[in-house]
Amino acid sequence: MQAEEKLTYETWPASPERSTLEAKNKFLGFWLFLGGETVLFASLFATYLALKDKVPDSSHHLAKDIFELPLTLTATMLLLTSSLTSVYAMYHMKNFAFKKMMVWLSITVLLGLGFLGLEIYEFNHYVHEFHHTFTSSAFASAFYSLVGFHGAHVTFGLGWILALMFRNYKRGLNLYNAPKFYVASLYWHFIDVVWVFIFTVVYLMGMVG
Amino acid sequence: MSTYAQKKGFGATIWDYLTTVDHKKIAILYLMAGGLFFIMGGLEAVFIRIQLAVPNNDFVSAGAFNEIITMHGTTMIFLAAMPLLFAFMNAVMPLQIGARDVAFPFVNALGFWLFFFGGIFLNLSWFLGGAPDAGWTSYASLAVHSKGHGIDFYVLGLQISGLGTLIGGINFLVTIINMRAPGMTYMRMPLFTWTTFVASAMILFAFPPLTVGLTLMMFDRLFGANFFEVAMGGNTIIWEHLFWIFGHPEVYILILPAFGIFSEIFSTFSRKRLFGYSSMVFATVLIGFLGFMVWAHHMFTTGLGPVANAIFAVATMAIGVPTGIKIFNWLFTMWGGSVKFTTPMYYAFAFIPSFVMGGVTGVMVATAAADYQYHDTYFVVAHFHYVIVGGVVLALLAGTHYWWPKMFGTMLNETLGKITFWLFFIGFHLTFFIQHFLGLWGMPRRVFTYLPGQGLNAGNLISSIGAAFMSVAVLILLFNIIMTQVKNVKVGNDPWEDGRTLEWSIPSPPPFYNFKQLPLVRGLDAYWLEKMAGKKGLTPAEPIGDIHMPNSSFIPFMISLGLFIAAFGAMYHVDDKPWALPVLIIGLVITFGSMLVRSVKDDHGFHIHKEELVQEEKGAKA
Amino acid sequence: MKRLAKWRLISLFAILALVLSGCGQPYLSALRPAGEVADIQYDLMKLSTYIMVGVIIVVLIIFVLVFFRFRRKDDKIPKQVEGSHSLEIIWTVIPILLLLILAVPTVAATFKLADVKEMDKKNSNALVINVRSHLYWWDFEYPKQKIVTSQDLVVPTNEKVYFNLKSMDVKHSFWIPAVGGKLDTNTDNVNKFWLKFDDKRANEAGNLFYGKCAELCGPSHALMDFKVKAISRDKFDAWVSAMQNVKKPQKAQTDLAAQGQDIFNKSCIGCHAVTPENKMPDTARVAPNLTNFGDRSRIAGILDHNKKELKNWLKNPETYKPGNEMSGKYEKLTEDQLNALAEYLMGLKVQD
Repeated sequence: MQAEEKLTYETWPASPERSTLEAKNKFLGFWLFLGGETVLFASLFATYLALKDKVPDSSHHLAKDIFELPLTLTATMLLLTSSLTSVYAMYHMKNFAFKKMMVWLSITVLLGLGFLGLEIYEFNHYVHEFHHTFTSSAFASAFYSLVGFHGAHVTFGLGWILALMFRNYKRGLNLYNAPKFYVASLYWHFIDVVWVFIFTVVYLMGMVG
Repeated sequence: MSTYAQKKGFGATIWDYLTTVDHKKIAILYLMAGGLFFIMGGLEAVFIRIQLAVPNNDFVSAGAFNEIITMHGTTMIFLAAMPLLFAFMNAVMPLQIGARDVAFPFVNALGFWLFFFGGIFLNLSWFLGGAPDAGWTSYASLAVHSKGHGIDFYVLGLQISGLGTLIGGINFLVTIINMRAPGMTYMRMPLFTWTTFVASAMILFAFPPLTVGLTLMMFDRLFGANFFEVAMGGNTIIWEHLFWIFGHPEVYILILPAFGIFSEIFSTFSRKRLFGYSSMVFATVLIGFLGFMVWAHHMFTTGLGPVANAIFAVATMAIGVPTGIKIFNWLFTMWGGSVKFTTPMYYAFAFIPSFVMGGVTGVMVATAAADYQYHDTYFVVAHFHYVIVGGVVLALLAGTHYWWPKMFGTMLNETLGKITFWLFFIGFHLTFFIQHFLGLWGMPRRVFTYLPGQGLNAGNLISSIGAAFMSVAVLILLFNIIMTQVKNVKVGNDPWEDGRTLEWSIPSPPPFYNFKQLPLVRGLDAYWLEKMAGKKGLTPAEPIGDIHMPNSSFIPFMISLGLFIAAFGAMYHVDDKPWALPVLIIGLVITFGSMLVRSVKDDHGFHIHKEELVQEEKGAKA
Repeated sequence: MKRLAKWRLISLFAILALVLSGCGQPYLSALRPAGEVADIQYDLMKLSTYIMVGVIIVVLIIFVLVFFRFRRKDDKIPKQVEGSHSLEIIWTVIPILLLLILAVPTVAATFKLADVKEMDKKNSNALVINVRSHLYWWDFEYPKQKIVTSQDLVVPTNEKVYFNLKSMDVKHSFWIPAVGGKLDTNTDNVNKFWLKFDDKRANEAGNLFYGKCAELCGPSHALMDFKVKAISRDKFDAWVSAMQNVKKPQKAQTDLAAQGQDIFNKSCIGCHAVTPENKMPDTARVAPNLTNFGDRSRIAGILDHNKKELKNWLKNPETYKPGNEMSGKYEKLTEDQLNALAEYLMGLKVQD
């Protein structure tokens, strides 16, 4: 099958994300890339756990003092939901329903923006309320690096999905851009999974003490 | 596509290489850049040996010496050995599996330019206030407190080039999984392809920890973080773990492809199938797996406690077993064979005793309790040079002679090649054998000088003389390369006449689409099988048809250039230079802007039409 | 063939040269062990070397046979052999057995060398020394004896000596090759281990072992040497009490030395202590303690111990130890001042 071909609902393949050689390569390559990303985050998690609550003196706040459940739980819900909406988008992509896919992707982006907004608010809160800044202690450096790195991934993911949406707004789906949408959604799921770990390891375990 | 064969102007050739996505041209870029860095690292080695030739020498100052050793190690590992291996992987692996290109030609070019700009950035430190000086391991307590920008060059340069290596690894993995020709099952892949595969998988999992370590150090040095500031709650041992979780697999990333090169050479010049092919594959995978389990043996004296030390000692010894399997398989490949001693075979043959030496001292340093004596002495210096020079560098030299005709269509001079070999081989053992003893006699590594009266003078002088031999060898190799390219005597498909794998079934150098028709592979050593069956080439697996090829692109260069510019901004922003922040932003805009252009601009590649292929064939016959 | 013969000759000379130069110096070489730890390590070295030489011999025999028997003589195509299961099993199982032979004593030794339970016991009589490493010098504190010395470590022979190791700036590594392997002095934590100095072999080595820093720590890493005086328990006790007897700075013996003491009290005492009982914490001990400077074996760990070298050092420490922390901390000294200081410092002895 050729990537540039104009297709209809009837000729649209069952797995558009893997129906050309280029798409198969992209699909596999991206999975491998996520494997590398997993090791990257694992290293950051290990660093965080080693430096958790490691502060120069008792004037600094510890994890149990600063984290609040309502805020982070809301953020978690936003991101989890956005993962679900991106699944819907991919469902419509596979059914050659371009408009519906775009709608669900827009919702995904909005939820992602919401998450990002909460994270910015959260960081700002820590800095002003607790003087918990990037340079204040090893614990703070490790916290902002891990969570901030995830935040940077969210930002990049949003930019990526938006770029794809704008680029393909007029021309609809084909076998050239379907794999692009697909890997972008894979990336989004990955970000979501990482967040589940951050929520558990950083926030929940942090609040327990 | 006959226009491609026409002579092009100099500018057009440069532009061609700046924008190429052809794996064979990228291989040549890797070979040239890697060779350049190899010579720089070699010069640094010569300076080290001049300084240490006699006690209390003042050829270089103490501070400069530390910069030289740091750059020697960093350059040789990241900017010479890896790219040179990547050169052969790029040049040969797609041909060996019967593919027209790698899976991601664009990413392939991007990987090269990232490596290249990272390497250039790192080496610019010599001219911009001093090179990094905390050793190639850059242990945190020393590195964080190192003055000047040396360590910043190290941290930023390696991040950029490491990114290139990582995406290169992913590219090779996907290529091998998805792009094999019909009939090329996993257990029919040549061993060099197998080792490329395993090494790439190791790159994928080993480089991210390094990236994280480098990022943390960058944050500490440039953005005021406290990961390694003990007074602020930091911990320097984290760096040691992250570095070695990368660093140990890195050794196998280097040595496995070297094993692959030698496996090809042994088999070819013995005219025999590789003995115990399946156990060789198994051993390769096992080494790759165990390579991740042993990093803490670099930290036996860090004080991790006897339990950790004992576990890592035993795990490390276990790697000796699959390595031993390989050595015996190579010996028995030659056993009963018809061994022709060409230059590549000289290197391969000499590799066995040299590498066995490095391997057995590897088991010696694995015995944790005794390693307290070896660690950080010249014994360890001798050990890893026996492994890396006796293994990897010999493989690179062997591979250069072996695949030169395939890459450039002309053969290196055999007589000069053998002279190079003898000088290098003698120089290598002269330099490094005595260093085992220097270490045991009490000489720590990374010392810029030593005092007389400690019994270290004679040994050091011998070692320095050996380095001179190796230097002359490299000069002769360069002379050989120049002479060969000037004469440019063209050779056919299978210049060694004993070729076994698919790369020898197509012209030297191959046409840019590699295979007019994808070959049908009937077993291990596919080309050899056809030759033995009395055929001239492979049976095609498809009729002649249109070939889809990727477009050239300048974007990889631009993405890498952007990061190169951004790195300067990040680095000088700590000095409160007003232009630093804008430079950082401009660099990032170039990078991400280029990525955006790549994303929104459709690139469907082009087709070589069936008629052109047929016509070309006719032209060739006429 | 001729080339190969020549190569063999060269390697023969190399081996000959090695035999002639022996096993290194008795005060420095790990191949001349002079204590229990070094003995254990030397035994492991020998065991692993024997096994490995065995492996090398087997490989070399096959290697040489291949070289002579299977060179290409005609254009015949050899038989394509896939492999041999029995052979492959042999060269898998035998190495595993060999490694087991090596692994068992390795693990045992690793645990034995890390056994420092004694030093944590209450009422233990074991000698404990706190080693603090600095950019390019060593600080030795004997907490039970309440004395501090620098650069020259003094230890009793024939008993276990326990060490607490820590660094005060960047990572270093504490190594006395002839007596035992090294252990890093980390910036993050205290590392502990023990060493034992053998009386007889210490005598053969002139009772003075060479110690080294084994971890790259900056420009003068190569010059971060220290010395170890290994003496009998009686002499050690005598040294300890002689040190303890210095309650306040020793009085200068000559006029010249008295001038030197004045200069010292003005320019040097801010960093250098001249009494052994140092009540300051280790972080405040920023320069070597000089109580028994006159008894030491080297100036700054590297220069011959005489007035001339001492004056050279005081004149310009940077020439001798680039990057040290002493350079530029005091005013330039005149020749007279140098003479006086040298006279004073060389007179700082606790024992005759």
